Amino acid sequence: MTHLDLIAFAPELLMAAAILVFILFGAFTGDKAARPVAIAAVVAMLIAAFLVANQGTDDGNFFNNLVAINDFTGAAKILILLVSAASLFLALPHIARDINKRFEFPLLYLFATLGMMILVSAQDLMTLYLGLELMSLSLYVLAALRRELVRASEAGLKYFVLGALSSGMILYGSSIIYGYSGATNFDLIAGALTASDGNNIGLLVGLVFVIAGLAFKVSAVPFHMWTPDVYQGAPAAVTAFFAGAPKLAAMMVFVRVLVGPFGDLTAQWQQVIALISMASMILGAFAALNQRNIKRLMAYSSIANMGYALIGLAAGTPEGVQGLMAYMTIYAVMTLGTFAVIMLMRREDRPLENIEDLAGLINQKPRMAAAMIIMMFSLSGIPPLAGFFGKLMVFMAAINEGSSLMIALAVVGALTSVVAAFYYLRIIKLMVFDPQPDELDHKDAREWSITAGVAAALLIVLTLGFQHLHAWFVGASAVLFTG
Amino acid sequence: MAIAALSFYVFAFITLFAAVNVIFARNPVHSVLFLILSFFSSAGLFVLMGAEFLAMVLVIVYVGAVAVLFLFVVMMLDVEVVASRKGVARYASVGGLVGGLLLVELVLIVGGRVGGLPNQTAAPVLPIPEMAERTNTQALGDVLYTDYILLFQTAGMILLVAMVGAIVLTLRKRSGVKRQNIQKQTLRTIDEAVELKKVEPGSGL
Repeated sequence: MTHLDLIAFAPELLMAAAILVFILFGAFTGDKAARPVAIAAVVAMLIAAFLVANQGTDDGNFFNNLVAINDFTGAAKILILLVSAASLFLALPHIARDINKRFEFPLLYLFATLGMMILVSAQDLMTLYLGLELMSLSLYVLAALRRELVRASEAGLKYFVLGALSSGMILYGSSIIYGYSGATNFDLIAGALTASDGNNIGLLVGLVFVIAGLAFKVSAVPFHMWTPDVYQGAPAAVTAFFAGAPKLAAMMVFVRVLVGPFGDLTAQWQQVIALISMASMILGAFAALNQRNIKRLMAYSSIANMGYALIGLAAGTPEGVQGLMAYMTIYAVMTLGTFAVIMLMRREDRPLENIEDLAGLINQKPRMAAAMIIMMFSLSGIPPLAGFFGKLMVFMAAINEGSSLMIALAVVGALTSVVAAFYYLRIIKLMVFDPQPDELDHKDAREWSITAGVAAALLIVLTLGFQHLHAWFVGASAVLFTG
Repeated sequence: MAIAALSFYVFAFITLFAAVNVIFARNPVHSVLFLILSFFSSAGLFVLMGAEFLAMVLVIVYVGAVAVLFLFVVMMLDVEVVASRKGVARYASVGGLVGGLLLVELVLIVGGRVGGLPNQTAAPVLPIPEMAERTNTQALGDVLYTDYILLFQTAGMILLVAMVGAIVLTLRKRSGVKRQNIQKQTLRTIDEAVELKKVEPGSGL
């Protein structure tokens, strides 16, 4: 270990140091610490994002080739940190209302975010696994945080048991990969794959297990069954976090593993990813049609959206990876904005979850309703908004790749977005045209309106400045395809 | 050399003697004490082989923790000496099967060794350093605290999450529990604790 390792890992070290300081501060201060710690945690995440953007070392591998620092990991980390910071900001009013002022709540966000940062930097299967576990363990606890509610305990337990299963699959796959390549390092695995000269069935079996485990983390069909229950059981603020940063991180590490060391096997894993992607889009679109609970609806919507993002990965081209990055970024903005509106659905200070409770929102809270309309139009992919560009990019990548499988994938994607448009538009119809039931609470937390407003504004601004976002992702994805 | 050979035979004899006695001792407490003895003499055997780290771990982990734990369990559960012998005939077949399997595996391993291992063309990822240059404790330390320091620290963070999570999910504030506050107790003065009442004679309390 040299000082260069420490400089390269400065953002992660900052996060770890922040966690340790906040634990001590919280332990000595008690309940009063919850809000200050949460605000400090948001600031720490933003500073870490700034450090990632102004990286102090050259690109390369650090800590004895355990982690890689390059444009792609940098971009992924900045996105993860910003989305995590935004979700924690969004959760600030909840700390006093629904979380019982636990100062551990923001700490678990920090732990999870640190895990995601290590995860996307992983250049070794061991680093990948440890990063994934750090992230997942914090998320299990967050899901079960309101242990006095049966539903939250159920969500936490379900998430934990199924998550442990998926971790086991990744570990099993990693051990098979290690057995057949003699290495856990990504570069050495790639070398072993090149040297194997087509005789790589063992590596492929291991890879399928790793794909299954990662597909679980991004909640792609057929590993999606935990998503609706966990989304519904966890507090809305926590669900907003689950839907954003961890999905982003798991997607990015999906790209790094498949395109990096297993780039030579693209023809093989392409079929697996295409199947997962197609199944996710179809199930996400049709299963959400009958959902009355808006959190379950968002869960199915997230399953469908993971399917769209995976189209970009299945293409296996630089264009596809750029599409995936753009799609995930825009998706994170849309989800955070939507959950901000879901959170203000409260009556007598109790959260509401049925979509009927949104009826007539435009009369009572016209600005929030307008933001929600933008979000829903963007989620269904209606042209002037950013959601359209995300879908366009992944579909274009699939069509330009040219194989009949990918074109079929793009066609299924287009068809299912029409189906999915139904339930997004139904929400708009409810808000605008339906009569208003009882009034919602008047007093909204500032954090919710700010997040919803910023998200809606971003969706419009991203449309105008899409070429800048695109240029960033082109630069970031280039490193994956040079090796 | 002679001393090494002599110590080997002494340790080996004690290990075997203790191991046999673990099974045949009538009193379970004696069994556990014999187990500890066999751990100790196996540690001696490890030292003779130059594996001082394994020897230390064996003493610290097995003797220090596991064996003492066993001892506690045995003493607390009050196992009936006669009762524990009842099933010998019943379980003999299962025990024999497991023992036989282990024997077959041992023969296969030893046979494989003698017959020669399969060709290993790839260079080992982590070569074992020469014992004269680096003792195996130092070599393990290199791997754990230098090569894989990042993984070591990340594992530490994971354990911290586990701890925080366990506390968050189980700790609750109970009302109506009287707690001892030592600071408050020691800072109590005579003025607070004792009250002098002037009782007039004949008036009662």
